Amino acid sequence: MTAVSAPTTPLVDYADAVRRYDPVLGIEVHVELGTRTKMFCPAEVSFGAAPNTQTTPVSLGLPGALPVVNGKAVEYAIRIGLALNCTIAENCRFARKNYFYPDIPKNFQTSQYDEPIAFDGWLDVELDDGTVHRVEIERAHMEEDAGKNTHVGGSTGRIHGAEYSLVDYNRAGIPLVEIVTKPITGAGERAPEVARAYVQALRDIFRALDVSEARMERGNVRADVNVSLRPAPDSPLGTRTETKNVNSFRSVERSVRYEISRQAAILDAGTAVVQETRHWHEDTGITTSGRVKSDAEDYRYFPEPDLVPVAPSREWVEEIRATLPELPQERRRRLQAEWGYADAEMRDVVNAGAVELIEATVAAGASPAGARKWWMGELARRAKQDEVELAALPITPAQIAELQSLVDSGRINDKLARQVLEGVLAGEGDPLQVVAVRGLEVVSDDGALLAAIDEALAAQPDVVEKVRGGNQGPVGAIIGAVMKATRGQADAKRVRELVLERIGS
Amino acid sequence: MTDLTRLSAAQLAESLSTREVSSVEVTQAHLDRIAAVDDAVHAFLHVDGDEALRTASEVDALRAAGEDLHPLAGVPIAVKDVVVTKGMPSTAGSKILEGWIPPYDATLVEKIRAARLPILGKTNMDEFAMGSSTEHSAYGNSHNPWDLTRIPGGSGGGSAAALAAFEAPLAIGTDTGGSIRQPGAVTGTVGVKPTYGGVSRYGLIAMASSLDQAGPVTRTVLDSALLHELIGGHDPRDSTSIPEPLPPVVAAARQGALGDLSGLRVGVVTQLKGEGYQSGVLARFHESLELLQRAGAEVVEVSCPHFDYALAAYYLIMPAEASSNLAKFDGMRYGLRVEPESGPVTAERVMAATRGAGFGDEVKRRIILGTYALSAGYYDAYYGSAQKVRTLIQRDFAEAFAQADVLVSPTAPTTAFKLGEKLDDPLAMYLNDVATIPANLAGVPGISVPNGLSDDGLPTGFQVLAPAKADDRLYRVGAALEAALESAWGGPLLAQAPELG
Repeated sequence: MTAVSAPTTPLVDYADAVRRYDPVLGIEVHVELGTRTKMFCPAEVSFGAAPNTQTTPVSLGLPGALPVVNGKAVEYAIRIGLALNCTIAENCRFARKNYFYPDIPKNFQTSQYDEPIAFDGWLDVELDDGTVHRVEIERAHMEEDAGKNTHVGGSTGRIHGAEYSLVDYNRAGIPLVEIVTKPITGAGERAPEVARAYVQALRDIFRALDVSEARMERGNVRADVNVSLRPAPDSPLGTRTETKNVNSFRSVERSVRYEISRQAAILDAGTAVVQETRHWHEDTGITTSGRVKSDAEDYRYFPEPDLVPVAPSREWVEEIRATLPELPQERRRRLQAEWGYADAEMRDVVNAGAVELIEATVAAGASPAGARKWWMGELARRAKQDEVELAALPITPAQIAELQSLVDSGRINDKLARQVLEGVLAGEGDPLQVVAVRGLEVVSDDGALLAAIDEALAAQPDVVEKVRGGNQGPVGAIIGAVMKATRGQADAKRVRELVLERIGS
Repeated sequence: MTDLTRLSAAQLAESLSTREVSSVEVTQAHLDRIAAVDDAVHAFLHVDGDEALRTASEVDALRAAGEDLHPLAGVPIAVKDVVVTKGMPSTAGSKILEGWIPPYDATLVEKIRAARLPILGKTNMDEFAMGSSTEHSAYGNSHNPWDLTRIPGGSGGGSAAALAAFEAPLAIGTDTGGSIRQPGAVTGTVGVKPTYGGVSRYGLIAMASSLDQAGPVTRTVLDSALLHELIGGHDPRDSTSIPEPLPPVVAAARQGALGDLSGLRVGVVTQLKGEGYQSGVLARFHESLELLQRAGAEVVEVSCPHFDYALAAYYLIMPAEASSNLAKFDGMRYGLRVEPESGPVTAERVMAATRGAGFGDEVKRRIILGTYALSAGYYDAYYGSAQKVRTLIQRDFAEAFAQADVLVSPTAPTTAFKLGEKLDDPLAMYLNDVATIPANLAGVPGISVPNGLSDDGLPTGFQVLAPAKADDRLYRVGAALEAALESAWGGPLLAQAPELG
């Protein structure tokens, strides 16, 4: 693939840009619901099926086919609405959004327009340093996904220059919920962080609610980020751009940062920001101009006449509210209190994605402090070194709990424990097996230790003299020699006791 | 031997059940009739004799084996081409669907197949059911069997003509603004538009989703009831389908035929008579009213003031929905695909070329109208206002049904006009549906019963409307009127039609 050479865009240094301009964000997040079947028909949904095998006359838009609302999808949408502190509509309708494109089989998308299922909510988003920013939610509405186009031939994989295009309608009709924020203001220089933390918080909520696998890399969660700048917080909103399909948390942050620098340069030059859709390029870290989007774009929305209104009863909504699982933020607060971690410790655990791992390790019997020590210490180093997620390391919370209990019972010391960990990570089995196979148990037989101690004392008579003279400092040299002789398997505390006893006698 | 094609569906069902005749004989008789007269009538776009005879011989074998069969099993049927039939062309009268073979059956076709009615073929219609004459069919118009130089009505002129020409004893129609009832009126046949949601729309190629409704096209009121009972009922695949069971339409038709309408209040709608109605049409209407009175009904006059705006509201709502429903025909997935004559072959240009070549003028006219009516800045003035009128019309109906059990009017203001007469005057064509459209806007059921010949010797129709979900009232009144008329005529009206061929 040849790199697309983009025209060099002038940028203003980020710190300078946010000193002179106030960024305002608007974020639209689409989440694919994990229902068994599609939004309006009984076609199965599963990732990676052969193209156009998960379809019905409805999701292919065949003449005569009619939609029927998937009740489970409505329930999931209500769950999301409630988790985002929204009001759930007593009565709402679907609407047709009309536009021609080969990936939407009916040439209209069945969506919601002026009557979303959920509206007027908020979400408190916590940044890495613990700062909380409240994001106001405008609405959450239900709609169906489009199919997927593949452009074949040409050099870029994009439609321009392609020889032909293929459409896979497996994705067409998969239920989506789109969550739209109100303008996010007051974030200032931290706007990019707020954007990332918001999308990440949503992802965590989707998973906690069990409404979606919420895997960014599979496109289960897609973010469109609107950015505009204004001279000051009390100025009217500036012209916005919409950066489409930013598909990782990091990209959300980077793309906002980039747009702020880019728009600042445009405004500095006294020209106007063009209201348009922009594409984010993960590799080069820039956005480029897509389609010019005017407010005059006319989707000719009208109420979907093939569907009756959705009227979730208040009893049902309350039933769903009562069975909502604990949400990520509450859960973190509860776990922090249970584990007795300091705020900074808990934040590190959260940022490292270790909450679930520590929870499971504690559940398997380890102390919270012990669990944190392993996951945030040795294992975090190892994960960083291997460039993998903590959860991807070949070790289970139960194994860590077992390892810690071996240390707590004195059967191995910290140094041996690290060797045991190596063994487990190398696939040699559970900690107990590694201890047995590698013969790593602490030597607690005083007879064996005394032999090594006598040998060390004999080898270093000068040290013995000094200690006898009342200077205990050099005793470490003897202990070191004993540890070396026992290949680290001695209990250093016991060795010290025995050495002092020996010299004193 | 009796001419099997002259028998009603109920009579055929009776003869089949007693094994007096076989379904193969009945089906073959109709196929022969089609072969003899359809060149002149052009009621059919597609005939599948092999398929129909296969079903017929299955029925005969099952009946010989003593199997319990549906009462209409073995009675042949024709299906309007707007209804999708698995393995059988379904073009909706449009070039854009030429050659498309649906991979699935409409719900009502599933029911027809499950009951083992041999499907003779698909009937002609105005393209996407847009028209009142079949002249907008992309495959040539049908002819009125009463006078081949005249229109058979539309959009379902093919189904009505097939019945009037004795090419089929039963047919399926669809009615968005009168497409079952008006052809019935101008061909001397019976047509019923059930309550909206009474018959599943799953598998009807949609024109206007909130108005479309499939229903029976027959020669007698009882036949319509029998077919209505077969195709009606709740369908979980159609969200707008009525969950309650169908009212007892067949019993109502049998009871009505006894001729006693005492206690029934019949409301004559002031706005659906007078200016624009042919004098012969009005004369037959008043004679029919007298017959109803003689049967014991009380006739009252009711006013539905907003009916005056029905046509205008209809011509905003229907095209708006149609513009969206017809968007899917773009050459990308099925049907016609036309590449631009020059320039790059992009998806957008293929869509434009396909739609330009595949749609006829009337379809384009309505798509443009509807697109405009839904446009930002015009939505409230057009689509929004039309929906308000629709609500007012529904209120008119509610008030009228508080004063009368059924409402009546002539079905169409005129008898069949000459082919070509109104082709260049869309407004005149649209006005033909002035009496039928209010029922679609309100979702209430209606029937057209042949009630005589106008001064020009052509059939007229009598429309009965009932409240939503009270379709049985149509059959009671329709059957009573039919019985009274036939006793006066000494037989069915179609016996007076000229011989074809």
